[in-house]
Amino acid sequence: MRDASPAKIYALHIGVIALLFALNFVLPDYHQGLFARIMALAVFAMGYNLLFGYVGMLSLGHAMFFSAGLYGAGLTVYHLGWGVPEAFVAGVACGAVLALVIGLLALRTSGVAFMIVTMMFAQVFYLLVLYFAAWTGGDQGLVIQQASRVITIGGASLDLTNPTVRYMSALTLFSVVLIATLAIARSRFGRVLVAIRENEERTKMLGYDTVANKLAAVVISGAICAASGAAYALLFGYVGSSFASVQYSILPLLWVLLGGAATTLGPLIGTLFMYYVTDIASSFTSAYLLIVGIALILLVLFAPKGILGSIRQRWLGWLP
Amino acid sequence: MPLLTTKGLSRHFGGLRAVDGVDFALMPGEIRAIIGPNGAGKTTFVSLLSGRIRPSSGMIVFDGADITTMPAYQRVRLGVAYTFQITSVFANLTAFDNVALPVQRTLTDGRSKGAVRTGVMAALERTGLADRVGTLAGQLSYGHQRLLEVAMGLALKPRLLILDEPTQGLADSEIDNFIALVREIAKDATVLLIEHNMPVVMQLADRITVFNSGKILAEGTPEQIRANTQVQDAYLGATHG
Repeated sequence: MRDASPAKIYALHIGVIALLFALNFVLPDYHQGLFARIMALAVFAMGYNLLFGYVGMLSLGHAMFFSAGLYGAGLTVYHLGWGVPEAFVAGVACGAVLALVIGLLALRTSGVAFMIVTMMFAQVFYLLVLYFAAWTGGDQGLVIQQASRVITIGGASLDLTNPTVRYMSALTLFSVVLIATLAIARSRFGRVLVAIRENEERTKMLGYDTVANKLAAVVISGAICAASGAAYALLFGYVGSSFASVQYSILPLLWVLLGGAATTLGPLIGTLFMYYVTDIASSFTSAYLLIVGIALILLVLFAPKGILGSIRQRWLGWLP
Repeated sequence: MPLLTTKGLSRHFGGLRAVDGVDFALMPGEIRAIIGPNGAGKTTFVSLLSGRIRPSSGMIVFDGADITTMPAYQRVRLGVAYTFQITSVFANLTAFDNVALPVQRTLTDGRSKGAVRTGVMAALERTGLADRVGTLAGQLSYGHQRLLEVAMGLALKPRLLILDEPTQGLADSEIDNFIALVREIAKDATVLLIEHNMPVVMQLADRITVFNSGKILAEGTPEQIRANTQVQDAYLGATHG
């Protein structure tokens, strides 16, 4: 973030949003759907990046925050018949509260112990989802009917199963979270988070309560990941225990590493890249995971800071 | 009334009495130097004052308040600033961001007013680093990193600034500037410094405290300390007579 004019930075981010908006009208149906999914999951990656990229805390349990949002929204719609906006808020609230509780416990540790503790909590969450299969549908999951996924405002109604409405809803959430993470990264709070990543002991000796700042970061990160989960449930109409499994704790880490940790746009680029490599590879061969793996190894070897991280390092030092 | 006092302050590491029952008082506005041989407990003592480590027993009073069990970050907000013995600027952040962290702290606490940038530039100008504002701290020369460290301490608007071996690794030309800088700082803050460079100590300090084996061996003006035979034995190593 050296010598960057704020106007240039905001122009870049608004430009990315405008590009995604325009893509809705040119993308073929299949890719329009894929992009909606990618934008919703990029929100997950952005929430993960806030904690991993900026504060330097590696969690292996973020699937629990994503699925707290997923189930918080999905179950209130399915069992209680809540409307879409209320269910979305419920999902985000579940994630934030869960993050607060987990944060209070897990922040007693750091480094490898933090990774293990978060992973264990996520595993508990996963097993609870399976245990309460009567309500959650267990590994079969639940399908949320189309009729439940309509927002009615006054006389108008928005059907989230309509591809364009779905795309625009995902884009709206993505844009809000992108601008929010940009604002956090450029704020005084963001500066303290980076300082904690660089040298926590020193940050304390500048008068900062580092534990309180880390807890705030965990809660914001958890809430953003839950927003992604809630949106996923409402936009794609399915909640299932696979989203709470350890795979969904590793994926955001991969997306962020690929795109570039501690960059605002890296999570989008990482998610997009991973989805399309998988998509293209699987059209050629059933061994597509091999190709994905090779692509990942090449990236780690030649661009260890991720796609955007390497671009920032070599050419564009002003990128936030 | 003293700005800072300790009573029977001790810190033991296992069987080692690193700091052993120290009674110490610091008057507002003075420049105090702490000297002593390696392992005398100087750094442990100032770490106890700053809150980086907890005492085994004893008491610390700052400006009339008992701060013995107060966490380090709260002491900083009261005005106790500490600069590290080993340079620990944020190497991957710019000089600006390094100083912005303490500046925004004092703004949040209501101890200063204005914009972050104004405060940062004031601290950088005072330490002669204004033209390095956009440089990554890790790319600054060693001497400049030490100065940046001081700028960060200054930006905290401390009432007590603790400097742990600030001239270590500085060139002679840089040391002269440094002495002028500390005199400048001492106009609005009390300064406590650990220092090995005796010419610096003799020029700067109003009073000197000599540590040996975790205890205060002697205390007085530079002249008194220079003339003290016990100090000569323990530290200055001179064979007198």
